[in-house]
Formats: sequence, C-alpha cells, structure tokens
Amino acid sequence: MRRRLRFLLGHEAIELETVDPTLTVLEWLRRHAHRRGTKEGCAEGDCGACSVVVAEPDANHDGRRLRYRAVNACIQFIATLDGCQLLTVEDLKGPDGSLHPVQRAMVDHHGSQCGFCTPGFVMTLAALHHEEPGPKSRGRIDDALAGNLCRCTGYGPIIRAAQAITTTTGATAHLTDREPEVLARLLAWRDGATFAVGEAGRTFMSPGSLDDLLRLAAEHPQATILAGSTDVGLWVTKQQRVLDPVIWLGRVPELAAIEETDDALRIGAGVTYAQAFAHIARLWPQAGELNRRLGSEQIRHAGTIGGNIANGSPIGDSPPWLIAAGATLHLARADERRSMPLEDFFIAYGRQDRGLGEIVEAVTVPKPGPDTALHCYKITKRFDQDISAVCAGIQLRREGQRISEARIAYGGMAATPKRAARAEKALTGAPFEEASFRRAMAALAEDYQPISDMRASAAYRLKVAQNLLLKAYVESSDATSLCLAGRREPVRV
Amino acid sequence: MSDRLAVNRPLAHDSAAKHVAGEAVYIDDMPEPSRCLEVYVAWADRAHARLLKLDLDAVRRASGVVAVVTTDDIPGHTDISPVGRHDEPVFAAETVQFWGQALFAVAACDVHTARRAAGLAVIAYEDLEPRLDVDAARAAEDYVWPPAHFVRGDTEAGLARATRRLDGRVTMGGQDHFYLEGHVALAIPGEDGDMTVFSSTQHPSEVQHMVAHVLGIPSNSVTVEVRRMGGGFGGKETQSNLFACVAALVARKTSRPAKCRLDRDDDMIMTGKRHDFTVDYKLGFDDDGRIEAVDMHFASRCGYSADLSGPINDRALFHADNCYFYPDVSLLCHPCRTNMASATAFRGFGGPQGMVAAERVIEEIAIACGLDPLEVRKRNFYGDGERAITPYHMTIEDNVIERVVAEVEKDSDYWTKRDAVRRFNAENRWQKKGLALTPVKFGISFTMTAYNQAGALVHIYKDGSVHLNHGGTEMGQGLFVKVAQVVAEELQLPLERIKITATTTAKVPNTSATAASSGSDLNGMAAQAAARTLRDRLTAFAAEQHQAEPSEVYWLPGRIAVKGNEIAFADLVHDAYMARIPLSATGFYKTPEIHWDRAAGRGKPFYYFAYGAACSEVTIDTLTGEYRVDRVDIVHDVGRSLNPAIDAGQIEGGFIQGMGWLTTEELVWDEQGRLRTHAPSTYKIPTCADRPEIFNLRLLENENPKATIHRSKAVGEPPLMLAISVWQALSDAVAATADHQHPARLDPPATPEKVLMAIGRLAEIEATKEAAE
Repeated sequence: MRRRLRFLLGHEAIELETVDPTLTVLEWLRRHAHRRGTKEGCAEGDCGACSVVVAEPDANHDGRRLRYRAVNACIQFIATLDGCQLLTVEDLKGPDGSLHPVQRAMVDHHGSQCGFCTPGFVMTLAALHHEEPGPKSRGRIDDALAGNLCRCTGYGPIIRAAQAITTTTGATAHLTDREPEVLARLLAWRDGATFAVGEAGRTFMSPGSLDDLLRLAAEHPQATILAGSTDVGLWVTKQQRVLDPVIWLGRVPELAAIEETDDALRIGAGVTYAQAFAHIARLWPQAGELNRRLGSEQIRHAGTIGGNIANGSPIGDSPPWLIAAGATLHLARADERRSMPLEDFFIAYGRQDRGLGEIVEAVTVPKPGPDTALHCYKITKRFDQDISAVCAGIQLRREGQRISEARIAYGGMAATPKRAARAEKALTGAPFEEASFRRAMAALAEDYQPISDMRASAAYRLKVAQNLLLKAYVESSDATSLCLAGRREPVRV
Repeated sequence: MSDRLAVNRPLAHDSAAKHVAGEAVYIDDMPEPSRCLEVYVAWADRAHARLLKLDLDAVRRASGVVAVVTTDDIPGHTDISPVGRHDEPVFAAETVQFWGQALFAVAACDVHTARRAAGLAVIAYEDLEPRLDVDAARAAEDYVWPPAHFVRGDTEAGLARATRRLDGRVTMGGQDHFYLEGHVALAIPGEDGDMTVFSSTQHPSEVQHMVAHVLGIPSNSVTVEVRRMGGGFGGKETQSNLFACVAALVARKTSRPAKCRLDRDDDMIMTGKRHDFTVDYKLGFDDDGRIEAVDMHFASRCGYSADLSGPINDRALFHADNCYFYPDVSLLCHPCRTNMASATAFRGFGGPQGMVAAERVIEEIAIACGLDPLEVRKRNFYGDGERAITPYHMTIEDNVIERVVAEVEKDSDYWTKRDAVRRFNAENRWQKKGLALTPVKFGISFTMTAYNQAGALVHIYKDGSVHLNHGGTEMGQGLFVKVAQVVAEELQLPLERIKITATTTAKVPNTSATAASSGSDLNGMAAQAAARTLRDRLTAFAAEQHQAEPSEVYWLPGRIAVKGNEIAFADLVHDAYMARIPLSATGFYKTPEIHWDRAAGRGKPFYYFAYGAACSEVTIDTLTGEYRVDRVDIVHDVGRSLNPAIDAGQIEGGFIQGMGWLTTEELVWDEQGRLRTHAPSTYKIPTCADRPEIFNLRLLENENPKATIHRSKAVGEPPLMLAISVWQALSDAVAATADHQHPARLDPPATPEKVLMAIGRLAEIEATKEAAE
C-alpha cells in the first residue's frame, strides 16, 4: 500500500504523507499553500467562490488528453487530488503578467464589482473555455455558472464576458504548452495502487480496486464511505464532525463503469452525475433535464448517483425517478452480493438497508419501452441549483387509450423517497384522460402526509405534488400547453 | 462620448485586473502577523431566555485554547449600540434576546480548535416566551424607536368623502445581504495600548469609535483600515462593530494579533437583515383611479435592539408615496421590538418597503376600477403646485418621472405587449403572462442631516504622482474609481497617476458610513475640493513664476500652459516643491439646503431625487407556481454619469438583487425564533439563469439640476426598487387566472409556493361565486 499522495499544484509536484484525512482543498490552499486567491463563501459547495480546476487524464480519450473540470474546493478533501493537477486562479496569468482570455474578458466586460466571487467565476469559465472553446449559448452559460453566485453584478456583465471568450488570444501557452508534460507526470503517478494517508491516528484510504475496497470496508465497518464528498464534505465543514477512517471510492475502476445493454443501463456507484448525464438524457429526456438542474456543474462533476442513493436523503433527486423507472440496487460485501428494488433500500428516515461493511455497488435501470414515458419534476424556490421541495418521477405505460402501468415516486413528501401506491392504483388500468389523473390527485393525499419546513409548507407540497400528476397528463396530451420547466434549449452538462 | 479627460467615461473598476487574478487582497487574505490568534464567537441557541449559568472552565482548559473573553474582560463599555441606546451588549449578560446572540469568544491558534472548545461550555437557560410578531409588540407598545407619523390634510375626512373605499394588508419579507465575503476583522495591538483594526466595514469611523469605547481608550488610540470589502449592501454599516470589538478585546487581553472571521452560517445567524414589514392600508379613490386619501400603518420587525431601525422605518414612510400624490394622507410606522437579530441597513434602507406598499395600492385601485395599472400610475403622478408636495411637506422640484416612464413605455412597446399578453392568456390554460411597468423616485441624502459631510486628503509627491484618500469605502460599487476620476479630471492627469488607497481613520477622521447611496456625491465633492486647492496653489505658483494672472494658466492633459510655455505636471510639481509650495491638501463637503424636523414630520430631508422605471414581463406555470422573467426594459436617471459602465453595473446588479428580495429570497424563522435559512443551500439569491433573457437598460439623458459632483446622481440604492416591476408582473399574471376580477394579493417574496397559493385563493373566490350564482 502506498503511503503518500501526489498531485500537481500548477506545475509543482506536491507529495503529502501526513495530512488530516478530511482537510479540504480550500483549507490546504489558503493555510498551507498560501494561495489565497481562492475564497471561502459558504463552505458547503453552494456559492462557487472556492471554485478551482482539477485536470486529469481523460478516460474518454484513453487518457491522451487532459480533462478540466471545475469543482468546489471547500468540500473536496485534499487526498482526492491524488494523480491530478490542481489549477487555481494564481495559475492563469502568463509568465509576463498578461491576462488569460477569461480574465481579459471579465475585465473588458466589467464582470467584477466587489471581486470576491470573481476568482471562482474565472476558474469555472476557464474550465468551460478549455473543454468547449467555441461560442456558447446563453443556456450553456447559465448551466456552467449555476454554481457560482454573484451578489453584485446581476450576472449580465459575466454572461457578456463568457460570450466574448471565443478566441485564445491572451495568455494560454504557459498552460497548453506544458499539457503533454503534465499528462505524462499524472499518468506515471496513476499506479492504480491502494493508498492511505493520515494524521494523528486518523486515516484516509483510497482503494485501487473493488477487492481492496471490500476488504477495507470489512476491516473498518465503521468507516465513512466517501464518493463525491458533496454531502460528506458538509459533515466536516458544517457539523465539525471528526471522521475516521474515510474510505474513498473515487479510484475504484469497477465502480466508475457505466454499461449499457440492450435492455438496461447499469451505473456504477462511483459514476458522477456529469458522467452519467449523456446516457440518462438520451434514454429518459426528462430525467436528463432533472439531472441538469441537480446541484451545479461543480457538484455534478464530483457527486455520484450512488452517493445520492446511499446517503438515504428524503430529498435526493435521483431516487424518485430511478424508482419510477423500476431501478434495481446492487449491494456488495466482501463475500456477498445482493440486489433489491431501489424503493426497498429506504427503510426510514436516516435508515437504509445497508449492513456494516456493505457498499452500494451499482444501480441498474431498465430501458423504457416504446409505450412508456417518464416524467420528472423538480420543484424548488429557485430554478437552478436548489434542493427540491418536491421531486417527482412518474412513469406511465399506455396501451391504446388506457394506462397499463403507473409507477410514481416522490421525494420531499415523506421521510424517505417513496412510491405513491394509491395514486398508482388509481391510474393503473384507467383511461388516459384528465378525470383519471384528477382521481389520482385525490388519492395522493392518502399516500403522503408531508411536513412544513424552510423549503415549503405541507399544503404546498401536497398541492404541487398533486398538480404534477396533472402536469404529466397535460404534457402527454397537449403539446401546445407545455409548462415552464423546460429550458430555452437543450443543453448538455 | 465625453470631451472630459477622466469623468463621464466607462472606465473599468480600479481593481478589476486584480479581482480576476485573485490578487485583490481582502482581510482574510492578508498574511497573518506572527502569533496571530483566531477567534470563534459562541452564540446562544435560544431566542429569549434568562442566562442562568455560563460555566467556561472546560473551554478554558481545552487543548489549544489561548484565551476566553467574556463581558468581564471588557475594560471599557460593554455596550455597542451605534445610536447610543445602550441596548446592544457585546455579549449577552443576564438575558438572551435572540437566537444567535454572542455569549463569549474563544481564541486559539486556529478557529477550528476555538470552535470545538466553545462547544464545551456549560450553559443553563430559563426559557422565556420569544416575541416574534409585530402584533404582540404593538400590543405591548414595545418599540425600539419612537413611532413616526407623517400627516398632510385630513385623511379621515378624505376617506369618508371618497367615491370608493378599499382596505387591505400587505406583508413583505426581509432579506439577507449575502455579501460573498462574510464579516471579518483583524486586530493588532500596538504600543501605549494602541489598536489597529482591519475591518470589513462600510463605517470605519464607527468601528474606531466602538473599539475605543469597549477598550476604554480614546479614539486617537485606534486606527481602523479597510481597502475593500467583498460586498456590503448595508450589512457592514453597523454589523461589523461586534466582530471588530471582539477581535480587539482578544488582542488586548492576549497582547497578540487576533482575527475574527465568521463562516457563512454564523454570519447569517448572528447579524441583522433587511426589515420585514406589515402594512395595513385604507384607500379612498374615484372611479377613474385617482387617489383621494391614503392611510397606511406600517409595522416592522426590528429585532432586539434599535440599531438603525429608527431612520430605516422613517425612510419606509418617506417612500410610501413613491411617485404618487396623495391628497389626504396619514403614514404611521411602528418599529417593533422582537426577539430576533437586530434588523439593519440594506440597500434602500426602508425605501423599498415603502414603495412596495405604494405599488400594492396602485394594483388594488387598478383592479377595483378595471383599469390598466400603468394608466392608474400615470393619473396619480406628482405634478405641479399643490400636487408636488409630499406627505412630509417637501416640494418636489426635479420631477422627471413622466419622461422616464414615457421612455420605458416606448422601449418596451408596452401597449402592444399588453395586447399580446391578453391574447396569450386567452389562448393558454396552464401558463399565464403578466406585465408591469413601475416607477421609482428615491430621495438622496442621509435623513440624519449631520451625516451629510465628507472629507478627503490628497498628496502630490515630488515625482508628480498623486495619493488619494477619502472617507468612503469600497465594497464593489466602484466608488474608488469614480472619486479617482474626479481627481484626475481636476488635475488633468491620466487615472494611473492617481494612487487609490485604503480607507483609514488615520487620514480622514469622523467620516460617515458609505451608505445612503451617498458615496460619490459626498466623497467626490470632498476629493474635488482637495484637488482644487492643490490646483489653485499650483496655478498661483505658475502665474507668479511667469508673471501672469492665474486666469492665464491653462490646465491641459498632463501639463499646464502659461504665456506660451507648456510645463509638464511633474516639472511643475517639482518646481513648486523647491519653492516650498505645500503639496498636500484636505477637502471637505457638506450637502446644502437640507433640514428635517422629525417631530413635526416636516422639512427637506433630501437634496434631490433619483428616478427610474422598469417594465417586466413574466410567465407563470399555474400548476406549480414556477415562473420566469422573460424581459425587462429599464430607463434610469443617474444625472450626468461619472462612469456609465460602473453605473450600469449598479443598475443591473441592484435590479437583480431587488428581484431576489421580491421572489426567491425567503427568510424562515421557526416558532422558537431560530433562523432556518442560514446558508445558500436554504437561502436562494438569484443565480445566472434568473437574469432575464432580454434585459434592456438605458441611462436617462439628464443632468442633475443640483450642483452635485459633475452633475451626476447617486446610483447605489435606487435601482433595487426597479425590481418591484417583477413582483407586480407576477401579480398581474396571477390575477389573469381569474380574468383580473380580483387583486392577486401576492405578498413578497413571491416564491413559487406563494404564486400557486395566490392562484388557489382566486380559484376559491371564483368557485364560491359560481356556487352562489
């Protein structure tokens, strides 16, 4: 087992052996590396002031190019940078002090006022510019920037700046010219070996294979299993929890796989939202749209669908649609595998059917048939980057003018993601007409007794959940009266 | 484009290149002095309770703790009320008055250690009933400030006489500032008991005063400095005091530098927000929608202490007329004491809340009379003579609202769009569109007359470089570049020659807060005065050198011309130095003409008004209450802009911030008085996609008739209220679900939930009506 982690800070090799297992990238940057251009705005991955760029060999190109992704430094642990290059705002200017094209555009278009959010915007835009150098639509820019909050500008100048970054004039050579060198160093470091680092008796473990993962999970049944750290990161920054040990899934190749067969899509527990997006959006367009609105690009680059399931939150956005689509969950322990319908995994608030030493391995989703439609809705105060008050997955199969099967699941309506048994019953076998959906709406009041909290009142939750059934009907029957949830144009993650 | 050298030009923010490179230094970015401590401020998790026990032995014993600071460690005053009310203890003493009130502070080498140790405190409370609503406060007549009452005419008679009568109530939420940089202060002890404090504050002089006050030392022993803030919006006008004082107390006790920086949650829990208000209104009007009499009764939740609630509540009344003449009017406001963080300044300072009430009045009248709201607005605009007099007996002399509104009407093609909206609504069952064009008139000056003063200090060094300092603070609004433009213009120098420097109480004393949109009006004039003094000295010197009259000395870019000679600025300065001409000058400005008698409710509290108008078009989803703002057209009056790019930034940014207040930004307290929305995961400010797809903004071709700095107008706050058009458009769309037969009564923040529930209310009214028929 390797006892140190290695990454590049810009072009400087960093090797750490003694390191707090839950030290965040942001804390490390500001306190240890004294790079203070990266700011803390919220310490929960919601404002983007801490956005940094992580570059790594792109698996989609056999590792022959570097893929840049913006992530939130505030909730990512430093040890998850193993084998990566970390770029911060300090890396963008050229050696002669000239500005990077993103920086130039932001200055030219008055994209900063107080300037505190600016380094985060610049890094998000730098990743976008690297990955998609061409001109961008407004919708694409909105998506890319949904995870960066600005309180001063009203975003207009930043949008104009983003639209102006179409050329590579400005300082980029100091980065691009060295990409082959960076790639070579990172590939050399990517040994696939399991490593562990720590400090003061606490340990961060990064298994390099599924076997190692299951062995470590069995040896440390109380370990915190870490995937994208978009939730566990907050246990540390918001609840000051002391975690030990931490077992990270991020370098387990078996969990990173996404496999499509003739009749199903199997998503490994380590697959991020961003990686799964294209597959999901193609097979279930509305689930794709839901996925696009889940968190922000920074969150979707880190967070995993497996983690969204495993943490058992009643307001996770993946379970409702996955349950409605008939997904099966796969769990793994050292010498044992088992599977179950996803809805059965959620036992009660904060309790899931996962044993000690057991991990979520994958979820399999049957592909929709030609007569099946999956409707997905995410109801929030703010359209982008908000946690759902109510999240719905409504899958309807039609045979002629009848509904032959209805699978309906909601988040935010109960202590767990839960199926609407009575509403399903009201629809199953019923004629495909408004009256049937009205009956299902009435039945829904028997299915759920939602609570009031800071996101919504119980009354609104129930009312909007009922209306979403009607909305599914309206969308299926009256294309001219489509409701708002659709974006200006299709956009990719 | 301007013929001026520096002013009227769309120059970039002075720090723009540093912002984008991460090189702009905020207080938490400064290299810590050696042995610097980090401070955690522990707060009460009770809204109202007697503090029976505060046992900190375990905290003191905890590993890594260097010091614990409580009320007993305060050598001077233990109270930091910014208005001298003695109602704001540094640390809660016998009674806890809100959830989040500071109890004690812990200092350690890092804040995590300090925070963990703070959790070891043994605290016992006796719970008391928290007061969380204005009705209870009114019943107890417990106000943080004496209520204000503006009266003109006889409202009761006016209401009795009116053709039509209507009563109603509007409530509106508060707003968290959500500056991206939270509160932070770094205190460094010096010799003789001196203290230097770097504080993220809009009001360095007040921080200086408060630190001196708690340390029990004179103000001349305390220096407060701030180069820039990562946003302020009013949230750092008084709220910085506590954290600066705590850092200074730790520094004093330990003789070590101490930094106190709040994380987002503590910042939102511990500090004040925009006031929420309830307004009960009684209206009298005629069949043509002309207002005859208005009675409004405001009440706000001010939190546990006065803070700035007095003038904020007054300003709500000052703007309860917006642009409308009320023939008989009574405006009363009760600033209610509640067990919450003390509500504080926020961009608009009560004005937006007053204006929301005014626009609700228009909406009600339009629905009642079956008129287009724009028609009702225009019929009630201030006019001439009698119709130019406000409820506080000030005559409006600079009214341009009809012109502004006419321009927006044209830009937005309002009436064509109104028809299109009507057609759309007739054809669509599940979506409805709404449209609204609302005006803004905002009074410029601190209503506390004494605050309308400013100072500046300008040095010219021997090499011809210029050092500029003034009392204003930079929080992103572009004040520093604007003031530098003024000085560059005065001295005919390129902007790069003017060094912009951090605000410090050691250079310009007794400054006012950078607030009330006054920054460039006041500091621009003061800096101009200082620069003019130097220019006059140099002119006189050059005239003497060349046996000319001062009027024969011409200032040209980078040089002067006198009697056929051209002399470069740097040479002139060098010669002046050799001739022992003083090359440093102060400047001072006070706003003329203004006066205000609060007891009488009469005076001229404002030097002038800034105007603007916006038209917003929205679409709502009637099944979910979700919505989208499709288009916005704005014309705004900044007089003759000092910097059109900076001003446009203020207008766009202010609009979106106002839109957030009125739409998605919802503060939720539970029944225990605990704020449940204290981070961006639960408190939703607008994000990129919320910016309307079509957003047209024009500056009004205008110049300030008053002799303000280069005839410009203040711009910080007024544009925020342009966003009322979004809320009114949403109300219009909701009303469209019942064919505009009833007012939507959509109270801000108009979250999707509020929109859907308002639609539901109208549907019930219609159903009841149908059943009756």
